[in-house]
Amino acid sequence: MSPASRRVLGRQPLGILFAAPYAIFLAAIFAYPLGLAVWISFHDYFFAAPGATVPRPFVGFENYATVLKDPDVRQSFLHVAEFLVINVPLTVVLALVLATALNSVTRFKTFLRVSYYVPYVTASVALVAVWLFLFSKGGMVNQILGPLAPSPSWLVNSALAMPIIALFVTWKQLGFFILLYLAALQNVSKDLYESASVDGAGRVKSFMNVTVPGVRSATTLVVILATITGANLFTEPYLLTNGGGPDGASTSPVFVMYQKGIEQGNPDTASAIGVILVICVLAISLVNRKILERD
Amino acid sequence: MASTSSNRLSTSSTRPGRKIWSTTALFIGALVFLFPFYYMIIGSLQKKPDTSLKGAFPTGGLTLHNYAEINSRVDLVRSLLNSGIFTGGVLLGTVVFGVLAGYALARLHFRGRGTLFAVMLLVQIVPFQLLIIPIYVMIVRTYGLADSYAGMIVPFLINSTAVFVFRQFFLALPDDLFSAAQLDGAGELRILWSVALPLVRPALLTVVLLTFIGPWNEFLWPFLVTKDQSLQPLAVTLANYISNIAGRASNPFGAILAGAVVLAAPAVALFVVFQKRFTASEISSGVKG
Repeated sequence: MSPASRRVLGRQPLGILFAAPYAIFLAAIFAYPLGLAVWISFHDYFFAAPGATVPRPFVGFENYATVLKDPDVRQSFLHVAEFLVINVPLTVVLALVLATALNSVTRFKTFLRVSYYVPYVTASVALVAVWLFLFSKGGMVNQILGPLAPSPSWLVNSALAMPIIALFVTWKQLGFFILLYLAALQNVSKDLYESASVDGAGRVKSFMNVTVPGVRSATTLVVILATITGANLFTEPYLLTNGGGPDGASTSPVFVMYQKGIEQGNPDTASAIGVILVICVLAISLVNRKILERD
Repeated sequence: MASTSSNRLSTSSTRPGRKIWSTTALFIGALVFLFPFYYMIIGSLQKKPDTSLKGAFPTGGLTLHNYAEINSRVDLVRSLLNSGIFTGGVLLGTVVFGVLAGYALARLHFRGRGTLFAVMLLVQIVPFQLLIIPIYVMIVRTYGLADSYAGMIVPFLINSTAVFVFRQFFLALPDDLFSAAQLDGAGELRILWSVALPLVRPALLTVVLLTFIGPWNEFLWPFLVTKDQSLQPLAVTLANYISNIAGRASNPFGAILAGAVVLAAPAVALFVVFQKRFTASEISSGVKG
């Protein structure tokens, strides 16, 4: 190989060949669609027969204006906010406490770990089926509560539908976040715990002063990933509350994207929702990093 | 790896009784977490749903009737086959292209390596659901791949997490190994195939397990691309049954739960058998051991 081509292609140009399928995949399934979403959101775009050339005039921010004025869209974003307010703190606290406890047990370790991870590896559709059974009007939860059962019942109650969805997702995803914290706990120095105990710190104190700061970067990751999960919400409102009910009390942005873009044939406004959602996720991630990585 | 750290917290607690308490609390929590799975199975075996607390611990009268019922409503075998083809296609693409890309990113110096790695990390924060509209436009409207296995598989063909895991494992292999093979005159493909790949067999299993649950459990994308029932994976068939047909069945929950058990079983079984592979430290530390 000549020095010139080595300079252009690198020392081992075969790497380009090895990485090419993946690079093409990223371009075709990530970069191009992302660009296409932005492009569609600025044009009057509708579905046409394959191959047909139709005019798709540039409309500026018109789709965005339509979307931002739409009460259904605003509501769906508020629902995700409600979801995150319940889901994120619950996830962070439960995952960290459970990971700490799991890290310290010596007996029945496998059984305990499997119990907490297993919802994570199971299909949402299958788990939704049990929750429907548990939380339906005549379901077990209401049978146990008796006269205390809410009316209307959980999943058809507009005040309770979203919290149940948030609870479901917390339960389903917790195993993954426990996993992340368990990995992070391996990197917290043992000396810190020892010096804390020499200083007379009890279990709670050393948890607050050693563990919590020690896994801070993992917490940033957990919050960001939980936010992304919230932004992705679709299957649960679609199936648990029978299409975002009652009266649209549990719709999510992706669900509205599906309705507007695919059911009603308006991919342009749906894309605008998608772009706004990506911007929100990025903003939350940045703010979260700033706050958690301070000092 | 984990055993060296397992006693870490007990060093900070002075009373041994505390450990028993935390183990007990973890046990109670574990039972709460597992209860829906238990209830899924019990519910699927009851001909008439008994939703009282006593019904959760039946003493008899269990039947496989609901499994026959769901099988008569949806073509279970066909749906499972579709799930298998979808998952198998994704796994094949992920392993073949993931190994190549991971090896290149870890071991080969080529132009654009840094950029590719940066894009790979970026992909992890823009979630797939947000791209459904443009990908739907491309796959269904532009390329006409609706109602085809290709349309289902293509958006998941290579999993970036898998590429990352492979890269980490290849990175952890000692340099000497590669220089020795190079001195012997082996080409890159040969080094990858006969030197590196046998050493990262644990990574292959990890990736297969991590990748399996994605397509097997995926609902939204196959739901969008398949309208033809004979092509739908089980997650989609079951979801459609839940939202459309269930109201008209005699014991809708029984049949739904039977379907849920069938959908959940393969992923749960794989996970329980290989649960040790699901630890994040295993993934990040590579092949040290």
